[in-house]
Amino acid sequence: MTPDIPGCASPERSMADASDSLHHLLGLEGLSAAVLTRLLDRAEQYLGVGVGDVPKRTELQGKVVVNLFYEPSTRTRMSFALAARRLGADVLDFSPAGSSTAKGESFIDTAKNIEAMGVDVMVVRHSSPGAPHILTRHLRPHVHVINAGDGAHEHPTQALLDLFTIRRRRGCIAGLTVGLIGDIAHSRVARSNIHALKALGAHVIVCGPTTLIPPQVAEWGVEIAHNLDAILPRCDVLNLLRIQFERQRGGLFPSIREYRLLFGMDGARMRKAKPDVLLLAPGPINRGVEITPEVADGPNSAILDQVTYGLAVRMAVLVEVCRSATACSVPDSVKTTHQR
Amino acid sequence: MKTIVLRQGRVIDPVQGMDTVTDLWLAEGKILGVGAQGRSADIVLDCRGLIVCPGLIDMHVHLREPGREEDETIATGTAAAIAGGITSVACMPNTEPALDSRSAAEFVVLQARRAGNCNVFPVGAVTKNREGKELAELGGLVEGGAVAFSDDGAPVSSAEIMRRALEYCRMLDKAVLVHAEVLELTQGGVMNEGAVSVQLGLRGMPAVAEEIMIFRDILLAELTGGRIHILHVSTAGGVELIRYGQRRGVQVTGEACPHHFLLTDEAMRSFDGNYKMSPPLRTARDVAAIIEGLKDGTLSVLATDHAPHAPEKKEREIDQAPNGIIGLETFLPLCITYLIEPGHLSWPQMLAKMTLNPARVLGIDRGTLLPGRPADVTVIDPQLRWTIDKREFKSKSRNTPFDGWPVVGRAVATIVGGDIKMCHLA
Repeated sequence: MTPDIPGCASPERSMADASDSLHHLLGLEGLSAAVLTRLLDRAEQYLGVGVGDVPKRTELQGKVVVNLFYEPSTRTRMSFALAARRLGADVLDFSPAGSSTAKGESFIDTAKNIEAMGVDVMVVRHSSPGAPHILTRHLRPHVHVINAGDGAHEHPTQALLDLFTIRRRRGCIAGLTVGLIGDIAHSRVARSNIHALKALGAHVIVCGPTTLIPPQVAEWGVEIAHNLDAILPRCDVLNLLRIQFERQRGGLFPSIREYRLLFGMDGARMRKAKPDVLLLAPGPINRGVEITPEVADGPNSAILDQVTYGLAVRMAVLVEVCRSATACSVPDSVKTTHQR
Repeated sequence: MKTIVLRQGRVIDPVQGMDTVTDLWLAEGKILGVGAQGRSADIVLDCRGLIVCPGLIDMHVHLREPGREEDETIATGTAAAIAGGITSVACMPNTEPALDSRSAAEFVVLQARRAGNCNVFPVGAVTKNREGKELAELGGLVEGGAVAFSDDGAPVSSAEIMRRALEYCRMLDKAVLVHAEVLELTQGGVMNEGAVSVQLGLRGMPAVAEEIMIFRDILLAELTGGRIHILHVSTAGGVELIRYGQRRGVQVTGEACPHHFLLTDEAMRSFDGNYKMSPPLRTARDVAAIIEGLKDGTLSVLATDHAPHAPEKKEREIDQAPNGIIGLETFLPLCITYLIEPGHLSWPQMLAKMTLNPARVLGIDRGTLLPGRPADVTVIDPQLRWTIDKREFKSKSRNTPFDGWPVVGRAVATIVGGDIKMCHLA
C-alpha cells in the first residue's frame, strides 16, 4: 500500500535505536526523512491515548515537564500539558505575568532556577529566535529542550502535526504539492513546514504579497508565487498562515481589505481549487482575513483535526527526547561557526 | 626621565619609509633617533627578532565612562589597550552624558591622566546630546581636547545638519567620523539581511542602509570641502563607494575592523550575542571586498570598535542583547594572523593603518618615530604562537567571539611617552 519513498510510513524504518534519538527538538531544519518519519509513525501509536476509555500511558512517569511560555499561547501550551500528563509526567506551567520576570529576572536565570527544582524537559515558547538554543548552553546536559515556537524561526511540533494531518488524510507526503499562503516572512510555522516538507519529498509553493516573502526563500528549493488564483488548481494542500500583526513592523501591505481580496480563502476561491484540497491553518485564525468562516468550517478543512493530532505528535516528541542517551550532543545549529 | 635603547629590532616607521634592523633611542619622553647616539642608556631592551614600531593607535574605542562603568572605565579600557600594544586611543562620545561639551571632553582627558595608561583622545559629539538636532559647541570641544567629531551609533539623520557640521569642521580642520546607517532601514534589526537572517527568522539590516549613508556623506563632503572618515566599513558596496569618492578627490578615508574581515553572518546561526554588532557581520563577498580595500589602500585605517558590554547584557535573547564586540586585546594578533600571514599586507602596510594613517585622520603628532616626537613605541614578537584567552583580559568585559582562537604575533612591550607600561622582554 505504501510505496517505498521518503515520507511514507514503513514499519521497518520506525524501529529506531534509542541511541540516535534527538536529545532536544529545536527545529526541523536538517532533520532527515527517516527521523521525521519515525516521529510521525510514533505519533500514530498515541492517537486517542487518554481519551474516553483509552488508558493513559506511563512512558514519562516520574519525569517533570515544564512549560516555559514567554509568549501567549492557547493550543500549543494546553496540548503540551495534556500530552505530558497522558504520558504520566508531572507538568509545571510558567508564564511571565505574575512571575519574577515581572521583577526583572532574565530568561536564562528563570530557566536555571526552575531547572534547579529538578526538571527533565523544558518546553519553550519565546518571541526571540534562538531562545531555546541559547537555553541548551546554560542548562545541565540531561535537560531536554523542546522548541514550542521561537520568534519567526521555527515551530517544529506545529509543522509535525501539519505533516501528520496531511499523511493521515492523504496517506503520503512525497509527491504532493503544498501551498503555504500568506505571511512567510514572519512565520515560524512556514519555516518548519518548508524544511520538513522538502525533506519528505513534497513540492512547496509559497504564495503571498512580495513584502511578506523574502526572495531568499527560493534558496530552499520552494516555488515563489504571488497570484493565489493561478496556483490553486495545482495544490493538494493549502496551509493558510496567519497574518502576524504582532511581529510586523507595519506598512507591509496596504490594508486588510486588500489582503483579503488578493489572498483570502473564500468560497469562490474554493471552487478554483481541487475538489479534495486539504485546508490547514496553524491557528489562531483571523476569521474573515485569511479564511472566511464557511471555508474554515467546511468539509475540506482539517483545522480541528490538526488540534487533535497535535496531542499525539507532542506525545511522540516528548517520548523521543526522553529516550535519548543522557550524554548531550550539541546540535549542529548551536555549534559556533566561524570562517576559518 | 630615563634614556632607553631598543637594541637591534626591526624598526619600521611608515612615515619615514624605514624598515631596517637598528637601535632606537628614547630620551626625556621623546624619540631621540635610530643608530648610534653617542650616549649611554639607563635601560637596554634586547629587541633582536622583534619588530619595533610607532605606538599603535586605535581610533575607534568605546570607554563607557562616564555612565556605563559596569561595562568599562577609562582605567580598565586603557589598561586593555596597553596589554594589546596600543599607546593611543580615540574614544567615542556615546557616554552618559554624551561628550558634547568642553567640560565632558576635559573629564575624559583628566580621567585618562589619572589612570596613567595610554593616551586618550576624546571624539566629541557632532550634535547636542547626539540627538541630531543642533550642533554641539564644536569649538569648545576642541579646546577641551576633542580631535574629531561623531554622533557614532546615532548617526546624523538630517542631511542639512550634516552639511553644516562638515562646513563648520572645515574651519576647525577636524574630520567627522561617520557611523553610516540609515536608521529607518535597520529598525529592530539584529543581523545582516540576507539568506541567513531569513532562515533564522531574525530581522535583517540591509547592506544598503550603510551604503546610502556612506554615499550621502561623500557627496556632502564634496559639496562642503569637509573631511569624513567612514567608521567600520562592512559592505562591498561601501568599499566601492569610498573608492569612488577618493577617485573624485573627496576627502574621505575608510576604516576596517577585524571582525568584519574575519567573520560572516553564518556565525549568527549560533544565536550567540558575541557575534552581534552594528554594522553587522556580512557575507563572504563583503569580507573579500574589505580585504581588497585594505590591500589597495581604499581602507587606510584598521581599528577595533572596542565596545564592551557586561556579560549579563550579552547573555540574553539575541534580539535583546546590545550590539558590540571588544577588540583592544585581540586587535594586533588577529591582524597579524589574518592580514600578514596570508600575505594580504606587508608589515609596513599594516602598521601604517595602525599608526600613521589614523594619526593623520585625527591630526595628532603621534604614529611616527621621527626624532622629537612623543616616545610612543610598540614592540611586537611576530613569531609568537599563542591562544586568545578572554579570562586574561584587562578589559572589564568579555564580549569577544575570538576566545580560544589560535593566533600568531603579540605585543611584548608598550612604551607611552618614554614610560614602559608593559614589557615581557627578557
